[in-house]
Amino acid sequence: MRAAADFERTDANGEAVLRFSGDLSLAFLGDLPNRLEAIDGAVTRLDLSAVGRMDTVGAWVIHRFARDRGATIDGLDADEQHLLDQVVAAEHPIQLPPPSPGSFTRALNEIGAAVVNSGKTLYGLLGFMGATVIALWNVITHPRRFRFNATVQRFEVVGVGALGIIGLMSFLIGIVIAQQGSVQLRQFGAEIYTINLLGRITLRELGILMTAIMIAGRSGSAFAAQIGTMKLTEEIDAMRTIGVSPMEALVLPRTLAVVFMLPLLGFYSSIISIIGGGLLCWVSLDIPPVTFIQRIREVVPLTDLWVGLVKAPVFGAIIALAGCFHGMQVEGDAEQVGQRTTTAVVQAIFLVIVLDAFFAVFFSEIGWI
Amino acid sequence: MNQSSDEQEILIRVRGLRNGFGEQIVHDNLDLDVRRGEILGVVGGSGTGKSVLMRSIIGLQPPLDGTVEVFGENSLGREETDAVAMRKRWGVLFQGGALFSTLTVSENVQVPLKEFYPGLDQALLEEIAAYKVVMTGLPPEAAPKYPAELSGGMKKRAGLARALALDPDLLFLDEPTAGLDPIGAAAFDELTASLQKTLGLTVFLITHDLDTLYAICDRVAVLADKRVIAVGTIDELLALDHPWIQEYFNGPRGRAAVAGPNRRVHEDKRG
Repeated sequence: MRAAADFERTDANGEAVLRFSGDLSLAFLGDLPNRLEAIDGAVTRLDLSAVGRMDTVGAWVIHRFARDRGATIDGLDADEQHLLDQVVAAEHPIQLPPPSPGSFTRALNEIGAAVVNSGKTLYGLLGFMGATVIALWNVITHPRRFRFNATVQRFEVVGVGALGIIGLMSFLIGIVIAQQGSVQLRQFGAEIYTINLLGRITLRELGILMTAIMIAGRSGSAFAAQIGTMKLTEEIDAMRTIGVSPMEALVLPRTLAVVFMLPLLGFYSSIISIIGGGLLCWVSLDIPPVTFIQRIREVVPLTDLWVGLVKAPVFGAIIALAGCFHGMQVEGDAEQVGQRTTTAVVQAIFLVIVLDAFFAVFFSEIGWI
Repeated sequence: MNQSSDEQEILIRVRGLRNGFGEQIVHDNLDLDVRRGEILGVVGGSGTGKSVLMRSIIGLQPPLDGTVEVFGENSLGREETDAVAMRKRWGVLFQGGALFSTLTVSENVQVPLKEFYPGLDQALLEEIAAYKVVMTGLPPEAAPKYPAELSGGMKKRAGLARALALDPDLLFLDEPTAGLDPIGAAAFDELTASLQKTLGLTVFLITHDLDTLYAICDRVAVLADKRVIAVGTIDELLALDHPWIQEYFNGPRGRAAVAGPNRRVHEDKRG
């Protein structure tokens, strides 16, 4: 027999008694706590003899009321008394979180924290790069510690696995550049320069840059998530205690894989872009492939290829280091893995673009225009 | 609680359960009854599917075959938002605590309360969470902390506080004392036993801890050969001539647990 909790007030012999009935349990409590709060005047005794089932929440509500109003509790059977005693024994003042500051202070606070944080991250990234170089040197001096299989496996995951998506992306970008370029150049009757535009921009800039962004999203994030999860499950600690350096076993193979694969993928991307653009030239500008190839060889200087290929390993190193560094920074909970992965990708892409700007200035200064 | 009158009431009824992962069959034609008000210990060697059995009962692991009834209701294949009446009445403690990592301990305890009783006001919620946390043996300072700041044992207690948030009728505990120090484990046993007594809880307890079995379990179910080979009090199990059971309870650790002080608790409780 279950019924909603209720109470009835009787005043007799100078005594104010609340007689409870029904089930004093969470499911049947209803608005009882609020109604109890609303009672005026002194209450001396709580009679629980008519109560059906009582659980800890019911016991707590009764205890809280009795404590605040200085009332006595009776009519409990042994089990209920035991329950009440347990709840009372567990009573402890709650610690409320400190009140949050105003929005202006909070905004300042967040800006400050973000600045300090970026400084720390940059410093940490620099340190991590140093540690990776040391690990590389250790492997060079002790070649037996080089993890050949792990590295080759990373080559496959990072390089071969990305061929499809990068090919598709580059092909479409080639078509877009050629199409947009030809529309604009046609106004001057200079459609033929579409080939210059296409050949130079893909080999010099876009092939490598787009590939770097794709690899940052594809492999950089994977590195951060993998290493971060391994950090959470204490796999990294286990490695250290066995005498395996995580820098050599995890970071180095990944870094080498991206450093070596990015130039290759970037070159591949440039070529596919040129093929895509060439196809569009053939279809919409009536430039036959033979002419197109001949023209490409005439207008694209070899230095353009070098510009692209010199940048690629640097971008690769940044992507891999950002991914691995943020993975290693994971501590605590699963949410951090997500946060760190996001940061790794955003930072890698940002740094790649900043460095690309530096490279652009550098190459024009040395005359590779 | 009058145990004898409702002893025959079955809270969990498992019939013909068959579980497997690919080629590997974990359970085959498994039957199990859990009676109201008892603490049922589930034992078995590693890999005999104790946790899988628990996950099947609470509907997380869809079995290949068989039926599972909890509170007389089918618990298989129900959506998370379905079978609310059933979900209100059970609490589950997972092996690692499974606390929500983005919430504090106190907020973790409040999650089921808020989910099922949105009418409760925040002050009462905080108070309920506070006494639940202390009740499970955590220091009050642990309430505003995040799970990542707690030790393994504390996470377990916080997980128990969340499992107990709704004052459930049925409590599933997956190795609650594993990884606790002996004092903490004994306190955990005592807590389980006293909650069972005061709240009339039914407890489904997976454990490897022989002390726990002797101290608080009314009956013990033994998982082996892909099914429950025996259910009964420890004395009844010992009377059986099954090599694994004999090995389990009569091995060096089993004898130590019998000789230990916890045996007295067991006898007190029975007497």
